[in-house]
Amino acid sequence: MDIDLNGSKVFAHTGGQNFDPSLPVMILIHGAGNNHTFWGMQTRYFAHHGYSVLALDLPGHGQSNGQPLQNISEIASWLWKVIECLRASQVNLVGHSMGSLIALEAAAMHPEKVESLILVGVAERVAVHKDLLRAALDDDPSAYDMITDWGFGKWSHLGGHQVPGLWMQGGSRALLASGSPGVLGCDLVACNEYTQTIEAAKNITCPSLILIGSKDRMTPPAMAENLIKNLVNVEIQTIESTGHMIIVERINETIDIIADFLIRVAT
Amino acid sequence: MVEAKFLKFDTLSLHAGQHPDPIHGARATPIYQTTSYVFPDVDHAASLFNLERAGHIYSRISNPTVAVFEERMAALEGGVGAIGTASGQASLMLAVLTLMDTGGHIVASRNIYGGSHNLFLHTLPRFGIQTTLVDPRNPDEFRKSILPETRLLFAETIGNPGLEILDIPLVADIAHESGIPLMVDSTFTTPYLMQPFKHGADIIMHSATKWIGGHGIAIGGVLIDSGNFDWEKSGKFPTMTEPYLGYHGLDFVEEFGPSAFVMRARAEGMRDFGACLSPQNAFYLIQGLETLSIRMKRHVENARAIAEFLIEAPEVSWVRYPDLEGHPDKDLAKKLLPNGSGSIVTFGIKSGGGGARKTGAIFIESLEIFSHLANVGDAKSLVIHPASTTHQQMDAEELQAAGVGEEMIRVSVGLEDTADLVSDLRQALRLSQK
Repeated sequence: MDIDLNGSKVFAHTGGQNFDPSLPVMILIHGAGNNHTFWGMQTRYFAHHGYSVLALDLPGHGQSNGQPLQNISEIASWLWKVIECLRASQVNLVGHSMGSLIALEAAAMHPEKVESLILVGVAERVAVHKDLLRAALDDDPSAYDMITDWGFGKWSHLGGHQVPGLWMQGGSRALLASGSPGVLGCDLVACNEYTQTIEAAKNITCPSLILIGSKDRMTPPAMAENLIKNLVNVEIQTIESTGHMIIVERINETIDIIADFLIRVAT
Repeated sequence: MVEAKFLKFDTLSLHAGQHPDPIHGARATPIYQTTSYVFPDVDHAASLFNLERAGHIYSRISNPTVAVFEERMAALEGGVGAIGTASGQASLMLAVLTLMDTGGHIVASRNIYGGSHNLFLHTLPRFGIQTTLVDPRNPDEFRKSILPETRLLFAETIGNPGLEILDIPLVADIAHESGIPLMVDSTFTTPYLMQPFKHGADIIMHSATKWIGGHGIAIGGVLIDSGNFDWEKSGKFPTMTEPYLGYHGLDFVEEFGPSAFVMRARAEGMRDFGACLSPQNAFYLIQGLETLSIRMKRHVENARAIAEFLIEAPEVSWVRYPDLEGHPDKDLAKKLLPNGSGSIVTFGIKSGGGGARKTGAIFIESLEIFSHLANVGDAKSLVIHPASTTHQQMDAEELQAAGVGEEMIRVSVGLEDTADLVSDLRQALRLSQK
């Protein structure tokens, strides 16, 4: 669906169902250089299981207009404007990688409006390797390769996509390459410069789920420990032999874990 | 600067898409000889049918053994995904029907496999899809033949049997200027000799029956999606970008982004047309992939040796092999096919007493190691007379346009000892002239 935000188009995929704010609202926030299609089947699943899902394209990404926003706080503020546009009073925020930083910051801004917070592939600092940052800022395709290499666990480098016939690394690279020039670099700078995770975590009051890939090289599990200590009512789920691209590497497991968590939060 | 580290071609050809069986530890890919898969519960079943969860439903649509083959092919070609099909021809038909409806138009190379030629010129028109055939050595003909209703440019990486090398970067640019994908049949090259996505192609098909399987034991095909074509920007492909009632209004680009084509081809094409690859054949094709690179090296070595022998043979009027001096595409072959130009060699046999056809027949029937049959890409060396077999349905004018003369012999060079192959050809050539 297209959302008109002060004259600028924001695109959100709703998983094949019409958006209905009377249902529990789930906002899916993608990572750097990606778009809503990163969430693939998760969007459809939750849209057909009692949630009104919005898999957003951040500004300048996918089918949303505008330029990418410069920092995580700015994107979190933008997110609340979108939510207000939709007249959703309470939301479940789900973010992956950069999206998890946005979800965390947004939840800290308005903790009273957040039913639950789900952070996938998160760390206290999402520090970006200088070579990746340079390549992304130069729109050098080697940046797509670095993210694809480091993003997937070694197990996934051999394949084993749960969707028959798909090749994870090819999909990841093609999705990154489909972005507009400058977008990935802008996103990675925003990740690199965001240092407010602990302060944000202290403001969170809702139940949180941290979903970790045991072999994540981009946000290693150990780098989430301090963040976890500063969250109240937090649950940690680790998926073995999985890298940073948990959502793609373990489609069905992430659906099961998130669905189970949300049911428990609601009851 | 650090560099990304991915598994290399030879490793992927042995491992991509398969982990040891988690229950029994089987190292080889198990053959999942099953039609269907038990659902844990009703909701799970409904989610699978509605593309909300990943998994298998019914082996016409997907199968775990076939999925290993598909994923391995996608990995070797550098695509986002692949679909195994009952044959190479099923792959071509699946692509066409996924991309266009009645009223669609294709621009295709005229120098292609006889079966594809028939499909384009005689079968698809019955369903309202027209094709214009062009000279693959003249890319401008592709450009000039594009109509407002054109939805696909198609050619073989190496033409059959003319052995023309397609200038993929040039033809891909022509296709993309018009918002149309370029699909190539890469059967003759395999991903070991060329990865067409790197040169700009958008969709690849293979008759996996040939070098990929490599042993002449299983019919199969595969369709691979690069994920690079921008269907939305093109605006010419409603099957990709508009709601599909067959899946409750699913919009494949909106839903699956770069994987839209391969997802649509499976969701609709395998469900409704159903030309699926059997798990047993997928297993055979996987065995072929595991030795693809070492076989292709030997195929190419033998093919070069045979071509060089034939050039010197007094019974031969001409020899065609892209690596040879004098081949019109030699420079292009060097650029696009640095690992070699495949293992098909064609040549003209000098007419003996009873004319070209009779001379060819004597030659073929005199061979003792080469097998006379309608296939290529076997580990064993093969031979055929295209004008009377694979390209038989073409009339004289079409044969001429496709570069298939009555004197032409096509050889698919196998893996036997080179000296034995040369010796066999020598004795048969001598007999043909008596």
